[in-house]
Amino acid sequence: MSLLANQSASSRFVWPEWATLPLVGGGLVIFAWVIVGLTVTSWAPFDPVKLAGMRFQAPSMEHWLGTDSLGRDVLSRTLYGVRHSFPIAVFVIGCAVVIGCTLGAIAGYVGGWLDGVIMRFVDITLSFPPILLAMAVTASLGPGLGNAAIAMVIVWWPIYARLMRAQVLSVRQREHVEAAVASGATRSRVLIKHILPLCWSPIIVNATMDFGQVVLLAASLSFIGLGAVPPTPEWGQMISEGAVQFYRWWIALGPGVAILSIVLASNFLGDGLRDYLDPRAA
Amino acid sequence: MFAYVAKRIVAMPFLLLGVITVAFLLTHFTAADPLTSIIGERQMNNPDVVEAARQRWGLDRSLPEQYLVYLGNLVTGDFGTSFRTRQPVAQDLIVRLPATLELVISAMILGTVFGITLGVFAARSRGGVIDNLARLFALVGASAPVFWSGLLVLFVFSVQLGWLPGPGRIDARAVAPPFVTGFFTIDSLLAGDWAGFRSALLHLLLPASVLGWTVTGIVSRMVRASMLDVLSQEYILAARAKGASPVRVLLHHALRNAMLPTLTIIGFSFAYLITGAVLTETIFAWPGIGSYAVSAARGLDHPAIVGVTIVGGAAFLVSNLLTDIAYAVVDPRVKLGAKVGA
Repeated sequence: MSLLANQSASSRFVWPEWATLPLVGGGLVIFAWVIVGLTVTSWAPFDPVKLAGMRFQAPSMEHWLGTDSLGRDVLSRTLYGVRHSFPIAVFVIGCAVVIGCTLGAIAGYVGGWLDGVIMRFVDITLSFPPILLAMAVTASLGPGLGNAAIAMVIVWWPIYARLMRAQVLSVRQREHVEAAVASGATRSRVLIKHILPLCWSPIIVNATMDFGQVVLLAASLSFIGLGAVPPTPEWGQMISEGAVQFYRWWIALGPGVAILSIVLASNFLGDGLRDYLDPRAA
Repeated sequence: MFAYVAKRIVAMPFLLLGVITVAFLLTHFTAADPLTSIIGERQMNNPDVVEAARQRWGLDRSLPEQYLVYLGNLVTGDFGTSFRTRQPVAQDLIVRLPATLELVISAMILGTVFGITLGVFAARSRGGVIDNLARLFALVGASAPVFWSGLLVLFVFSVQLGWLPGPGRIDARAVAPPFVTGFFTIDSLLAGDWAGFRSALLHLLLPASVLGWTVTGIVSRMVRASMLDVLSQEYILAARAKGASPVRVLLHHALRNAMLPTLTIIGFSFAYLITGAVLTETIFAWPGIGSYAVSAARGLDHPAIVGVTIVGGAAFLVSNLLTDIAYAVVDPRVKLGAKVGA
């Protein structure tokens, strides 16, 4: 980043190849939210769960996004919301990538009955509409953000398993793998040293794009009442409070824009990454 | 191609069984005791009531036994009895299905028509203002949470402008039209009830637009891409050289050929519509399967949750299968234009 700032003064500045508008723009939005999440406790205008003024105040100089049904400051609650959404999204994507890629790589490289078993699980899991599966899992584990996160891992891992398997299957056909096998490398060495390093770019692109989708689904589950419970300042939960009072538009405005900004940013970031990592797929 | 389609069709029953099994197991390996939601927390200390309820709902049997009984019942169309409504789940679902279908089909039509229009305009002005605006509009639609955009349009069009009615399927004072198809718009027309038709249509407009907006992006992106692809081909140049008007080239020569990849994406967008329907129905107090699923999940109503999950999974499976078959069977070079009407 400092590179950008220093060189923009010089008239000969040439943007580095990776610095496309979607990538930088999307990255900046995500980065800004991370900073907000890490520091908001020390500068938020009000406490997110305490009374901050009269109830149902429209936006004003004091409360930029107004107050909700309990007189809490909507702006502060929106800013605090990222402290719930981001850790969950990181957890869900992290677990889904680790589980999915491990199983997908095994399925693709080992093949045989193991491949069959793993992929049938993938097929069955992907046969559910994501939100219904997530709802069923959360309902059976009991409502709560943690259980919603587990439900989303269950929804998401098969996507990465399928992706990784396809990657491994295509990379193992290449000549350098054949050469490695011919020169006597062990199977695990071939997989780890010669195949996996070439498999990551679509995984990274997908994980980036899915980040926003996880934030969205987590908020949806909370909106339905299966995720965060009051008084947690979680975006979906806040919107569901706003839904009861939909003629008081400001209650849901902050969290809605927050979710939108993150989904858009992660889409742009993913698009930009794909163009950079794999120009042919664009 | 044929072998592929046959393989997919053969796999269907197994996938469906997998879906049923997973849905069943999910709700039976549960942290919360379903009895609590049947008889209420206060009665949980009363052993007689607990035992009676366990027997009545078959919860005293072993899990494999419950599973086999459930499968046997499913074959006869029996999804069990809802803990909450005390009605057969199948009946609850059937009563609510038309509302969801009416919403989803309208949303699909709106989203597709709008998506195609946007895609064509975007491709025509590639890189221009319209292109970028269309892409932004589509992107926002696909990214905004429907449960929030639904609130916004309700506020703007219903509260502020007063152009359209609020939540619900029909005016609160109006009587639902006599049941024929279960679609309020069609049924009120059949009954010759113009006021009812107007009310049903106006009530449908907002939720269908919000839901349709989510797939506009998918469709328009696909149309734009395939239009650009087609527009760069030589026969377009030939058509222009022969003096065909720009509109004719765009709609007759290019769009017809760009439509087929788009047809397949419409099946794919079904996934978005199901997800969106669950949330849209909640916002708009739409008495469909989506809002039923939500109240079932909230109320830990296990038979209802399993039922909805199975029905949703089956619908999802079938639409994915049709999409794949469409993709495999339709050869764009041979059958172009045969089914463009959609």
